[in-house]
Amino acid sequence: MSAAAAPLLPRLLGRSAAPAALPGFGLSLGFTLFYLSLIVLLPLSALFFKAGTLGWEEFWRATVNPRVLASYRLTFTTAFVAAAVNALFGLIVAWSLVRYRFPGRRLADALIDLPFALPTAVSGIALTTLYSSHGWVGRWLEPLGIRAAYSPLGITIALTFIGLPFVVRTLQPVIEGLEREQEEAAVSLGANPWQTLRRVLFPVIAPALLTGFALAFARGLGEYGSVIFISGNLPYRTEIASLLIVTRLEEYDYAGATAIAVVMLLASFALMLGINALQHWSARRLGQGGAA
Amino acid sequence: MSIAVSHHPGLARARFRPVRATLIAVTLAFLALLLVLPLAVVLVEALRMGLATCLHAITEPAALAAIRLTLLTAGVALLANGLFGLAAAWAIARFEFRGKSLLLSLIDLPFAVSPVISGLVFILLFGLHGWLGQWLAAHEIRIIFAVPGILLATVFVTFPFVARELIPLMQEQGSEQEQAALVLGAGPWQTFWRVTLPNIKWGLLYGLILCNARAMGEFGAVSVVSGHIRGRTNTLPLHVEVLYNEYNFAAAFSVASLLILLALVTLVLKTALEWKVARGIAPRPRGGHS
Repeated sequence: MSAAAAPLLPRLLGRSAAPAALPGFGLSLGFTLFYLSLIVLLPLSALFFKAGTLGWEEFWRATVNPRVLASYRLTFTTAFVAAAVNALFGLIVAWSLVRYRFPGRRLADALIDLPFALPTAVSGIALTTLYSSHGWVGRWLEPLGIRAAYSPLGITIALTFIGLPFVVRTLQPVIEGLEREQEEAAVSLGANPWQTLRRVLFPVIAPALLTGFALAFARGLGEYGSVIFISGNLPYRTEIASLLIVTRLEEYDYAGATAIAVVMLLASFALMLGINALQHWSARRLGQGGAA
Repeated sequence: MSIAVSHHPGLARARFRPVRATLIAVTLAFLALLLVLPLAVVLVEALRMGLATCLHAITEPAALAAIRLTLLTAGVALLANGLFGLAAAWAIARFEFRGKSLLLSLIDLPFAVSPVISGLVFILLFGLHGWLGQWLAAHEIRIIFAVPGILLATVFVTFPFVARELIPLMQEQGSEQEQAALVLGAGPWQTFWRVTLPNIKWGLLYGLILCNARAMGEFGAVSVVSGHIRGRTNTLPLHVEVLYNEYNFAAAFSVASLLILLALVTLVLKTALEWKVARGIAPRPRGGHS
């Protein structure tokens, strides 16, 4: 990637559309590309070069052994379930915050971003304390035979906490833009709330809901700080992929760490591409809705 | 459609009243369980052994060292990524050039890289068995398991924050005012300080606040490169982890409540800025296409 960026610079410098208008094009673009290459592209390419030095067989051994496969399965499952929970509750939360006026609404709205603002290590120890067998919530779950902390459920809870803002913040502007006339028309034509939701609202909201889900899922795949305290970190059982990378690094197994990281990074890039496509689709769809 | 509706606005409302009450109740219960309880438990656990223990935990030398390192790290990330954000926004919002959308995607790249991998890439570059490891060791330069590694990893994970705020803002504002200033004889830097900066100051501040919260709170990336040397390479979140793993819960939660304070201040400032900006552009509807 850095190799592609470097020779671009001289070509780009000559291509200002308004040559005499504003100063500083060369300086600002030059600095941007230099800093981008140094901080982002060079380190990331180190990862792919390292992966390139592994033989195919070594890469295969490092990425498909049973312990690694168990960690992928756990990571993808918990991130998926957490994102699904967030899609359901995030939709309810976003709807209530946009459409209804109730005491505490503004506070609730501001709090949505707490998972962004709170350091993940703090979320991790707080959730572990809440859901361990003596915790405020855990003590009610244990008699029911539900073990929350140090289990996949605990990981899912942590990822739900982390992912909530992605769904709510993606849905809010879309719900704000909905035209109430359509819902009211549906109701006046005899539709019940469920029909109104399914037939009138859902088709418009769906792309944004899917985008929020995908963003929360992508974040969950890579999450580390909030998970490692509550997960218990047992190999094959509660060991997420990010933790396995750290374990490999602590064993000075750079090759093993790199191989797992490349797989996770490619999954994450693929998701981001999908999300970009979704957002285009969403924007086009909303544009049509407005025109109709 | 709108004709039919205007006859029955009350009908819809009456029909949806039970739905409304249920949804509000679910919202408040979910947010209380998911967001408020974790905040509360940290504060309660911090004060369990009394205020004196709590204060001691955040004023003992290792904690103070962690606070200093966290402030240094955040300061470097703000300065570096703030300058980068200004430069990138100037180049992208004020000029047309080929490869612009590629550049925009590359700027967002660090957001797609998970925290642990963000740390790993610097180990592969600068670690003892990394690309430059032997050379660095021969010259006695320490980056991994030392402060420079922490700074680099933090700058990496907070890289896009300011640029992402400034680019759309400056694109929306256009360059008429700057061109007018230049035509009237202002120099380039004068134009930047007197025209551009005042126009984008709230957006810049917003990006810096987000950047700061992430820089002070980053855990995964920093954890990988830090080495957890007490009093030397522990930032506040790492200090919390060390204390917690030593079963020193009162101290861990006391230091954690400092970070909660950071999060709450961040949310207050962020919300205040959002309200300010929303009022500033009040004549335009936020929904966009209505």
